[in-house]
Amino acid sequence: MHIWGREKDMLLEAKNISVSYGAVKAIEDVTFKVNDGEIVAMIGPNGAGKSTALKAVFGMVDIQSGDILFNRESIKDLRPDEHVSKGISLVPEGRRLFPSMTVIENLEMGAFLREGNNGKADIENILELFPALKDKRRQKAGVLSTGEQQMLALGRALIQKPKLLLADEPSLGLSPSYVDTIFEKLIAINKSGTSVLLVEQNARMALEIAHRGYVFKIGQIFLEDTGKNLLESEEVKKAFLGG
Amino acid sequence: MEYLLHILIISGIYIILTLSLNLILGYTGLPALGHIAFACVGAYTSSLLALNFGVSPWIGLLIGACLASLLGLIIGFPSMRLKGDYLALATFGFGVIVYSVSKNWVDLTRGPMGLPGIPKFIVFGFELQPVWAYLILVTAFVAVTAFIINRIVNSPFGRILRSIRDDEVASLSIGTNINKYKLTVFVIGAFFAGIAGSLYAHYITFIDPSSFTVMESIAVLLMVVFGGMGNIKGSFIGALILVIFPEMLRFLGMPSSIAAPLRQMIYGLLLIILMIKRPQGIIGEYRFK
Repeated sequence: MHIWGREKDMLLEAKNISVSYGAVKAIEDVTFKVNDGEIVAMIGPNGAGKSTALKAVFGMVDIQSGDILFNRESIKDLRPDEHVSKGISLVPEGRRLFPSMTVIENLEMGAFLREGNNGKADIENILELFPALKDKRRQKAGVLSTGEQQMLALGRALIQKPKLLLADEPSLGLSPSYVDTIFEKLIAINKSGTSVLLVEQNARMALEIAHRGYVFKIGQIFLEDTGKNLLESEEVKKAFLGG
Repeated sequence: MEYLLHILIISGIYIILTLSLNLILGYTGLPALGHIAFACVGAYTSSLLALNFGVSPWIGLLIGACLASLLGLIIGFPSMRLKGDYLALATFGFGVIVYSVSKNWVDLTRGPMGLPGIPKFIVFGFELQPVWAYLILVTAFVAVTAFIINRIVNSPFGRILRSIRDDEVASLSIGTNINKYKLTVFVIGAFFAGIAGSLYAHYITFIDPSSFTVMESIAVLLMVVFGGMGNIKGSFIGALILVIFPEMLRFLGMPSSIAAPLRQMIYGLLLIILMIKRPQGIIGEYRFK
């Protein structure tokens, strides 16, 4: 695919991966990739396996077959924490902040385990990116609004300076204006050089910002194309975009 | 007076147990129900070394604490796979096993007959016979334990422990090697519990398995919850109240056949009231979800 007129370097490649939870096959023989600099969206109905695919990339579930390459190096046997040091960060579904810690402390947590961290300056940078958090820096994460919490979750992942950001349902439970903000931030994050692999229920928004997209259906990928083409595809329109 | 000092010594030993369990339960959120087993290992190790080989209680205490740590490492392994109630049950079972071993391995531990005549600590050639002298020793150990645990929980390491307690998935997502941290807190917690056991053995000079029943683990657990999970001062308060309060009932002048069960009932009542009124404990910052 020549999205920007030249062949992009492949950053992440999942080849024929399958994941089962006990006897239940969650995803089967799924192949996808993220090129350097891309936003890639995974869309599909509930239970189609998109979140499982994301968890597999982060090492949170064991894959039964197939391989996952990051910078052409297999990462399928790594623990989640090792993914972070490789340059992959996760914004987990449902935000998953540390509610008893303040905004700053949550961000510090993100920077803690990173090597060569330059905590203070990085935190200020994150706060510049999310000005809504600036005034609330001393507040407990648990008392923030859902939208602010989502920004904090994004910030906590970004402070690790990932090459690839995995975002699991970042718009879930957010008010419409915050949904817009979050997607704007994802574009900004991507423009500054971070590739994004995005799992979203909000198919339209996701495809609007994505360079490419994968459509999941009962554990498999049944469509893949550029975000623009998927938005215009009759099948996707019918299934996810309400006609 | 001697009696008062004795109560304070016992309180001190329980404070060490409570602090060390607080690290595991209160700060890391791992419900461990077998904590007294570590004290059992510490107590038996240093007692047996002293009785059979004439090893100084100081060295015995260290070896006992290290063996308890080793056991902590072993019990830490299920904690990597089990969560919540399941971990509680696994550690409970572990407590029962250690108790059973101490009771039934008669060749080694003399089983229910216990080990009498355990020597006291000797400091600068001075045997810690007087109760006040032993109180000083225990106080020193309490201070060191509180200092170290306080340092641990207020370090970046401690912050990560709290992140695991708050939300394991979140902690994973920031790159925490959760298993490593869980094992480490079990090892550290067991080490201090081992010290407490050894201090107890060389103070009472007699141990038998009945001091290390699962009920004792639950008593320590209650002290942590009562005082407040995730709070150092809470451990002091919880242990002091739950050791001293039942003792006060002794002076009500009831026959012991009534006083003992009454004590249990008041103990229980106290806990029910606290759990309704202050589920996070007296000064705790965290409660079970």
